[in-house]
Formats: sequence, C-alpha cells, structure tokens
Amino acid sequence: MTLPTSSSSPSGAGGALAPPTSALRLATAARWRSLGQYLEREGPLAYFLMLPALLVLAVFIAYPFGLGIWLSLTDKLVGQPATFVGLENFVTLLDSQIFRRAAQNTVVYTVAATVLKLVLGMALALLLNQKFRWQRLARASSLLPWIVPTVLSTMAWLWMFDATYSVFNWILLRLGLVSRGVLWLGDPVLAMTSLVLVNTWRGVPFFAISFLAGLQTISRELYEAAAIDGAGAAAQFRHITLPLIQPVLLVVVLFSIIWTFADFQLVYALTRGGPYNSTHLFATLAYQVGLGAGALGRGAAISLSMFPVLVIVVIVQLWYLRRHE
Amino acid sequence: MRRIISFHLPMWLFMVALLFPFYWMAVTSLKANQELYDVRANPLIVKAPSLVHYGYLFARTSFARWSLNTLVVSVVSTAISLAAGTMAGYALARLRFRGAGPLGIVIFISYLVPPTLLFIPLAEVVRSLDLLDSPLALILTYPTFLIPFCTWLMMSYFKTIPRDLEDCARIDGASRLGAMVRVALPLAVPGILSAGIFSFTLSWNEFLYALIFLTSVEQKTIPVGVVADLVKGDAFYWGSLMAGALLGSIPVAIVYSFFVEHYVRALTGALKG
Repeated sequence: MTLPTSSSSPSGAGGALAPPTSALRLATAARWRSLGQYLEREGPLAYFLMLPALLVLAVFIAYPFGLGIWLSLTDKLVGQPATFVGLENFVTLLDSQIFRRAAQNTVVYTVAATVLKLVLGMALALLLNQKFRWQRLARASSLLPWIVPTVLSTMAWLWMFDATYSVFNWILLRLGLVSRGVLWLGDPVLAMTSLVLVNTWRGVPFFAISFLAGLQTISRELYEAAAIDGAGAAAQFRHITLPLIQPVLLVVVLFSIIWTFADFQLVYALTRGGPYNSTHLFATLAYQVGLGAGALGRGAAISLSMFPVLVIVVIVQLWYLRRHE
Repeated sequence: MRRIISFHLPMWLFMVALLFPFYWMAVTSLKANQELYDVRANPLIVKAPSLVHYGYLFARTSFARWSLNTLVVSVVSTAISLAAGTMAGYALARLRFRGAGPLGIVIFISYLVPPTLLFIPLAEVVRSLDLLDSPLALILTYPTFLIPFCTWLMMSYFKTIPRDLEDCARIDGASRLGAMVRVALPLAVPGILSAGIFSFTLSWNEFLYALIFLTSVEQKTIPVGVVADLVKGDAFYWGSLMAGALLGSIPVAIVYSFFVEHYVRALTGALKG
C-alpha cells in the first residue's frame, strides 16, 4: 500500500531530538539511523532513487525546453539581449522559401527512408532467420553500419560520391551505363536521393536485427501446421509472420520516424544542406541559422517546428504502450 | 538452384552493400596520394600499400588526444548514466509510490526527445554554466539521452527478476536498500552490462553536442575532430580522413564484437514496454 508521504517528518524529527551541543557523534549516528528508517518506506526510497535521474532531466531537458520556447518568441541574437516578438519568427519562417523547402525535405526524407528501411530490413531479417553456415558471423557483421559513428561512415560515403573520384562512377563508366560521371551531390534531387540511400544503409541493420528478434519468438510449429494446411510461403508470411511481428514492427517504425525526422549529422556531413539550401532538414537549417548565423531565436523556432510531429509520434507510442500492458 | 536465387544471391548482395563502405575506407587509407588521386588506376585495389596517412594522423593532427577525450567522456557519462538509470529503473520496477506512473511516462518521453529539438537552448545553458569547450559539457549532457535509455532498460530487466528473493532477504533482516544492493543488483548484472555497452557506443558516436560545445582542437572527440580538422576549406585529406574514420570505428566495433548478445538485447529490449 502507498502512504501519502510528508517530506518534513522523520528526518527532521531525528535532528530535533538530538541534544544541541554534546554527543555530536551520537546525534550523527541517530540521524543516519533515522535516514535508514526513512528509506525503509517505499515512497521516500523511491524518490531518493529517482532523484539523480530526474535532476539531470530537469536541468538539461525540461529547462532547455522552456528556454527554447522563450527563445523562439524573441529576436535573440548571439551576445545581445532578447526582445519578445511573439510569433514573428514563425510567421517569417512560413514565408521563407528555404524553410518550406526544409519542411518538405524532412517529410520526403523521413517517408522515403522509413519505407526503404522497412522493406529491406524485413527482407534481411527473413534471410538471417534461415539456417546457414556463416549465420552468426553474418548477423553480427550486418549490424556494423548501425554501430559505428555515423558521421565517420558518412565521410566514407562522401568520398564514394566524390565528383572526380567516385567509385560508383568508376563502376558505372566501366559497365558502360553512363557516358560521364554522375554528380551525386551536385543536383538537388540526386543529392536528396543520396541522403535517403545513406540513411537507409545505416538504418536497415537496426530494422533487420529488431525484426529478427521478433521472428525468433514465433514458434516453428505454427509454420508446420500452416504448411500441412497447404499454405505457401507468401500465405505463411501474411497470416503468421506479419500479425505476430506487428508489435515489434510498429515500435521500430515509430522510433525510426523520430530519429530520421530529427536527423542532423548525415546531412551535415554529406551536403551541409546544399546545393543552394535544397537538402536542408529542420535540424540542419536550425543549426545554420541559429549557430552559424547567430540568430538564436529564429534557430530555436526552426527546431521547435519539429515539435508537433514529434508529439503525434510520442502519443501513438504511449497509446501503444498502454494497450500493450 | 532455387536456394541460390532465393537465399544466397540476396544474402550476398546485402552483405556487400552493408560492408563495402568499410572496405572502401580501408582501401583508401592504405593508398599513398599519387595512387589515391590517379584517375586511371583501379580504385578497388591497393597496388602499393602505405601507412603514410596513419602516420599523418598521429604526427600532424591531435588524433591521439581526440581518442583519449572520446574515451574519457564515454566512460564517465556511461558510468553516471548507469548509476542513475539503475537506481531509477529499480524504483520504477519494484517500489510503489505516488507518481510512479507519470514519472515512468516522463522518462519514456525524454527517451524519445531527439537532441536536435533542444540543442540551441541547451548550448545557452552550457554557456551560462561556463562549460563551453570543456569535456564536462559532454559528460553532463550525454546522460540526457543515456539515463532515459538505461532507466527504461533496467526497469524491464528488474521486472524479470523474481521479487521473492528480495523479500526473503528482508525477512532475514536486510533493509530495503540492502536487499536492492546485495540481492537485486548482482542478479541484474547482465542487464547493467547490456545498458552499459549500448550507452558506451552511443556516447562514442555522438556528434551534435560535441560539435557545438567544443571549440578548441585539443578538446574535440574523434567524430568532430576527424570531420573538422581533416577538411581544410575545400581540401579534403581523404587518405587520413578514411584512416581516422576507420580507427574511430574500431573501438566500438571491438566492444560490440565481444558483447554482440548484450548489445542486441539492449537494442531490442529498449523497444519493449
């Protein structure tokens, strides 16, 4: 049972009972003992254990969040006092071609990459779930793109997309598929495609390994029974695998949507938002405006523009969590 | 034959696609510049392997220093987050207290907050605490995404440990805290290991905060140092860049290869409620 706790009583009482000057050590011991008794109760112990975590979250998440909202309503520039301007930043942003382009890019990037990761991740999971000789090695090494520092592997991609030395161009030219090198990052559409490609490369392992964990919990007997009933591979996938893996699927997709939607480093490393600000996402534009140009208020407003979409995803997550329990 | 088309071929395609960039890093890092920038040479092979770019990395850049910084920041922020996350996870899994439900939701939501949502005001907070360009800035801010993760993972791990064991210890006279430290904690070591490995790789790989909180060359971490110092204006030092990218990836790859099972458990465990 839970007793309502009043924070003042036991530990304070211990201090008050101790004699004021003499036997200081005794008093300390008594205080420790009463602290011990205090922590015997579930409520106080729980708050004591939660305190460090909540402190960090309050100072470095909750407070910055409030500060961010305030900044977004001001014309704050680096090193200058802020003046409240209401929603002016947001109004200006909605009029800005570059901002609208970034919003559109973020949606395209998120949807395209998530769909690709979903399909390819499922395919890879089904492959890795079969029995074969190098299975353990294949499973372990397929996760490598996900675990290494993204910005470092993205530099390898940047080099593979190089205007002069692109290895893709070398292969395409050799195969006679193109007559001259493709400028992978020089054209808005191609650059966006490249970004989606690299994001997919990095994210597929996460999807695959999560799906694989889901697949492994499905009993073989179900498939055997279905096979006896005459269901082919496609029917088995549709009527057994998919429904049973659906919970994992939903959670993985929701997580991925958040990470992709709020992505920064991949675009920063590959295109810096170029060519001509055509591949910015919310986060990279916020960085360029807020920290590059020093318009902190405007930058904070760009970041916070992600908030509504994030709220929707979080609500779906919470709803799902509730239903799952 | 059917198995080749339905299994071996796609499997090989996946493996080549997933691992080729690493091969490309290695090949690039081992070529001296005249071979690297020879348009007529076959780029896929190395004719005359050379360690010149690795030499450059250690002699002419602060790569060794960046490695040390990254290691210190990752270890300390992981340790802090593990401690705070294990405590909070235990409370949420085991203890009944007012506000347990809402606090669990708060932790879960903060787990979902992407760093890019708050980095501008957070930079202001770091500046006002006078922590800019100090490793402390990262040690204190990395826990913002590590603690929610550790808490969430440890909470679900503690739920799998039977309660009876702690109850027995308490009947034998152990205090609540004593039962947690001496009975539940040792049993939770696999969970702590999973959370620790995952947190370590997350901090090792972090880029945005390190990019904006650190300014001087000597303070940087590997991801930021490599990207910032091996690109000078329009000049990319590709050989050294790829050498740095490879060396910066190897530590996490090693940690991962030793603890694949733990890493995967953390990865998939964090998805569950």
